Amino acid sequence: MELFTNQILAGIATGAIYACMALAVVMIYQAIDHLNFAQGEMAMFSTFISWQLMQWGIPYWGAFVLTLAFGFVGGIAIERLLFKPLAKAPILTNVAGFIALYSIINSCAGLIWDFTIKQYPTPFGSSPFLGSQLISTHQAGMIGVTILLLIGLYVFFQFTRIGLAMRAAASLPESARLVGINTSWMIALGWGMAAAIGSIAGMLIAPVVFLEPNMMGGVLLYGFAAAVLGGLTSPFGAVVGGFLVGIFENLAGTYIPGVGNELKLPIALALIITVLVVKPAGLFGRHIVKRV
Amino acid sequence: MSAIEDVVTEAPAVEAVPKRAMTLGAGTSLVVLALLFLVPIFAKNFIIFQMTMLLIYGLAVLALNILTGGSGQFSLGQSAFYAIGAYTSAILMEQYNVNYALTLPIAGVICFGAGFLFGQPALRLSGVYLALATFALATAMPQLLKLNFFEKWTGGVQGLVVTKPDAPFSLHISQDTWLYYFTLAVVVAIYIFSVNLLRSRSGRAFMAIRDNEIAASAMGIDVALYKTLAFGVSAGITGVAGGLGAIAVQFVAPDSYTITLAISLFLGMVVGGVGWLPGSIVGAAFIIFVPNIAESISKGLSGAVFGVLLFLIIFLVPHGARQVAVVCQQALGRLRKM
Repeated sequence: MELFTNQILAGIATGAIYACMALAVVMIYQAIDHLNFAQGEMAMFSTFISWQLMQWGIPYWGAFVLTLAFGFVGGIAIERLLFKPLAKAPILTNVAGFIALYSIINSCAGLIWDFTIKQYPTPFGSSPFLGSQLISTHQAGMIGVTILLLIGLYVFFQFTRIGLAMRAAASLPESARLVGINTSWMIALGWGMAAAIGSIAGMLIAPVVFLEPNMMGGVLLYGFAAAVLGGLTSPFGAVVGGFLVGIFENLAGTYIPGVGNELKLPIALALIITVLVVKPAGLFGRHIVKRV
Repeated sequence: MSAIEDVVTEAPAVEAVPKRAMTLGAGTSLVVLALLFLVPIFAKNFIIFQMTMLLIYGLAVLALNILTGGSGQFSLGQSAFYAIGAYTSAILMEQYNVNYALTLPIAGVICFGAGFLFGQPALRLSGVYLALATFALATAMPQLLKLNFFEKWTGGVQGLVVTKPDAPFSLHISQDTWLYYFTLAVVVAIYIFSVNLLRSRSGRAFMAIRDNEIAASAMGIDVALYKTLAFGVSAGITGVAGGLGAIAVQFVAPDSYTITLAISLFLGMVVGGVGWLPGSIVGAAFIIFVPNIAESISKGLSGAVFGVLLFLIIFLVPHGARQVAVVCQQALGRLRKM
């Protein structure tokens, strides 16, 4: 029983990261109807920036805030420069754009910081949390930061004018434009926020998977799985999906014989395919009815 | 959340390419073929090996082109089928002593089956969802190949070494040259098959689905069947390319078939021009030679050069090599008039 509780808690901790990645993916999907295949690489690059800042002697939380700002500005810059001109292009062109971005960021990170694996510090320490053997303080910190982030986002989208404008621009762009919302900048803002959320995920998971240019591959795939499970049209669903996927991954690894770390990615694949076949809209997604 | 009725004005997945614009004229084709035939006479063994790889990647890009340019579906998971084909050939040759030429059709059939089966769930998905599912497939493939369960056949992380075939009929040409001509023959046969496929009833069905799925089904096309069929054919051809690749490289290992390979093939298709079959070879040349050039400029920069070039192509020549070819043709036409 203790093993079971332990695995559930560990699952919630990794699930927090998947929830962040899924949220970032869904925010961009809401804004431009495309999946950002470069989301993981953007997060990885931000994490390297924070590592570099810490190497220069800036304390953890200072580096954390600076990195968020960097991610936000970087996200907006990428949207303005590269993807705004592609807004009307076919899906294929957009997918090619994301792939190109993926390969540029991955290669640049490798060039600047090379491909060796680096230790990444955690501000929470790794002693047992509150004296219990169930989770470590870092895992508790991961959950805590994610919950704070979610509350912040909820308040932002529900109670601020700009949050309302962003929701309007995502659900009914034409009407939003008619009431004077600058929908184009709302999309850019969505990109910026998604990139910042991604960098939080990167900085939180880096102490666990270690810092290297390919660190986000598996995390992104699980983020996609979470987003698909929760429904690509629902930010709330993405978060729930993230936690569910995290718990599922841990339980499958513990209780199904023969499933270990080496089957991590195939499990994500199976999960994605199953959800897409059984319930393509996801748990909380909106069914889009096409009018012919 | 309720089911809200949305008017979806989706951008098309792929821009439509007229059927005639998908291939080269007979004269030009023969010239290209003659050039390809003469290469080994003038080239050294290493160049011949690279030309063989060019043909093999060209075949894999062609397969993707049939899927995307023909039926309008995406795949970021071609590396998975390439890997299955390569492993099929390698295992048959090394463990069961099957002749190398015979392993190719088997690899093709197995990959056709795998593609058809994967296409079953995938056909219900469109656009980004299909890209996502295939992306997941390509990411997961190396781990599947490393599984202990299959290690008896696949050799696990170590992979398998494949012996290079000798030229038959006691011909006095090197192994590389023989393999080049063998590959050329296979590629030409499959190219002719593909051209004919796209001109056939099935090909027209693919294109109808690509251009408007609802209209296609209203005309009585079995959309589900033809979508999976396109997926299967594409996977089958990729499998043959994978088998040839295993024979040419003489080695298969899980980490040769990562998402990077899938990205390269996708890139090759975009560079060559989506839906323009001869562009496949241009795209293949791009993905083979550009990394070498990029690495000679700076090691480790090849990914960035790839990405930047891809962006340039998307923005400047969205139709890839086809657009360049059309512009050249028009310029020639104007010269003739003068």
